[in-house]
Amino acid sequence: MRDPEPDRAIRAAFRLESPRLIATLTRIVRDVGVAEELAQDALVAALEQWPATGVPDNPGAWLMAAAKNRAINAIRRRKMRHRKHEELGREVDSVSDWAAADLEASLDDDIGDDLLRLVFAACHPVLPPAARVALTLRLLGGLTTDEIARAFLVPEPTIAQRIVRAKRTLAEQNVPFEVPRGEELGPRLASVLSVVYLVFNEGYVATSSDDVMRPELCEDALRLGRILAALAPAEPEVLGLLALMELTASRSVARATGSGEPVRLMEQNRGLWDRVQIERGLAALSRAEALAAARGPYALQAAIVACHARARKAEETDWARIAALYAELGEVAPSPVVALNRAVAVSMAEGAAAGLARVDALREEPALAGYHLLPSARAEMLEKLGRMEEARGEFERAASLTRNARQRERLLGRAARCGRGA
Amino acid sequence: MKFLMTYAAGPRTAPPTPEHMAAIAKFSQDMAVQGILLMTGGLQRPTRGTQLKLAGGKFTATDGPFAETKELIDGFALVQTKSREEAVEVARRFMNVAGDGDGEILQVFDPMDQAP
Repeated sequence: MRDPEPDRAIRAAFRLESPRLIATLTRIVRDVGVAEELAQDALVAALEQWPATGVPDNPGAWLMAAAKNRAINAIRRRKMRHRKHEELGREVDSVSDWAAADLEASLDDDIGDDLLRLVFAACHPVLPPAARVALTLRLLGGLTTDEIARAFLVPEPTIAQRIVRAKRTLAEQNVPFEVPRGEELGPRLASVLSVVYLVFNEGYVATSSDDVMRPELCEDALRLGRILAALAPAEPEVLGLLALMELTASRSVARATGSGEPVRLMEQNRGLWDRVQIERGLAALSRAEALAAARGPYALQAAIVACHARARKAEETDWARIAALYAELGEVAPSPVVALNRAVAVSMAEGAAAGLARVDALREEPALAGYHLLPSARAEMLEKLGRMEEARGEFERAASLTRNARQRERLLGRAARCGRGA
Repeated sequence: MKFLMTYAAGPRTAPPTPEHMAAIAKFSQDMAVQGILLMTGGLQRPTRGTQLKLAGGKFTATDGPFAETKELIDGFALVQTKSREEAVEVARRFMNVAGDGDGEILQVFDPMDQAP
């Protein structure tokens, strides 16, 4: 049996190189699927040879050379099988193309552009959103299908199939391997950012499971966000999203007690917030704000989270500013959830009665019909206004709507406290 | 997962050349671009720092030992990786650039890492 230790070290070294390897190979072969196969071939070669030689000083160049040899050998093998004259000519050409290409050097030069092209391909709108997520984590995050499956709590074959289909779709639809320009850039970038934010939220909110959060997905999303910010440093919303994720994640340790009970924002021990991460988030936010005259939805959400991050104590929170930011967000990206959050901010800034009037205006909103945060926000405001019986009913309704067991427990606890007529 | 890495250059290392410093900076930049390096800093020579101790409620702070010490921690980095193996690989690459020396990797405590 193989010793698993060196394998793990080799796979770790490979994972660090995998996105750049696949990105460079995709530029040359113009097919994400083929590029990924070649990268996997290179991994197989590494697993065979590195246990004896040790991990080379420059693993990226080694893997690139291995992938190149595999490609040349594959073309030569095909050539042996098909001896037709014109095919031979073409294939000889491609062998010499490959042999001539200084792939090891090209790893360093245009790597940023290649990675960016790969991100845009993986998040291309011809793919269904779930496929974009899986492909992005696979190609850019370097995750195995098994890791993606475990993170999203779906069977491994489902993810494997999703990725195979996605790669086939990209090939069949001839999706160009390029960074979109002009008018196309905006919507395509929005697609990329929504994929990254979806991964982050899946980790942070974990709606489909009873865990409070799945930190690996948050970390994967953060890493993708940081890579994007380095690749597209002049795009304000890229920095806005990074700021939003860094600032949100800075609270992750404070979000739950040692036994896993969720702790709400205003009750969190702010000493547990990650100050280094907050600084990173605030820096990204100020860069985003400096780049654009008008803030986009991610920068605005980041600005809201930043208000909390800046308040050393809960009671120092600048709720008036948060309410104003939600108003601005409601202009840029109107949604009932934003309106609800604005109502909560208003209740904190101006009092529960003002908030309740805004929440009540949203009660008929169909998009919020099954949303537990609407009754739980109402409940809090009713509780503050001393309307205990109504508050209890709303806490109970909120509990019946959440899919997260811990949240349900907490809401039922609060309902019970209202019942005691406190 | 987050790891704190420390690195101490070998005892008789000559001061780094500008080229050497540039190579280290390039490596750091590369790791930051990949979203791995979160924070880094150099630590001042020649002290080994001030040694702190609280024993039975009695606090002591002892300076040094100074230059002749064998271990000089010359830098630290906070990195985020998918595994300890990946952190070790990052450290290996750093040390290949930085030169002979000793290092240590400490995992940053995060209660979330223990979630099932």
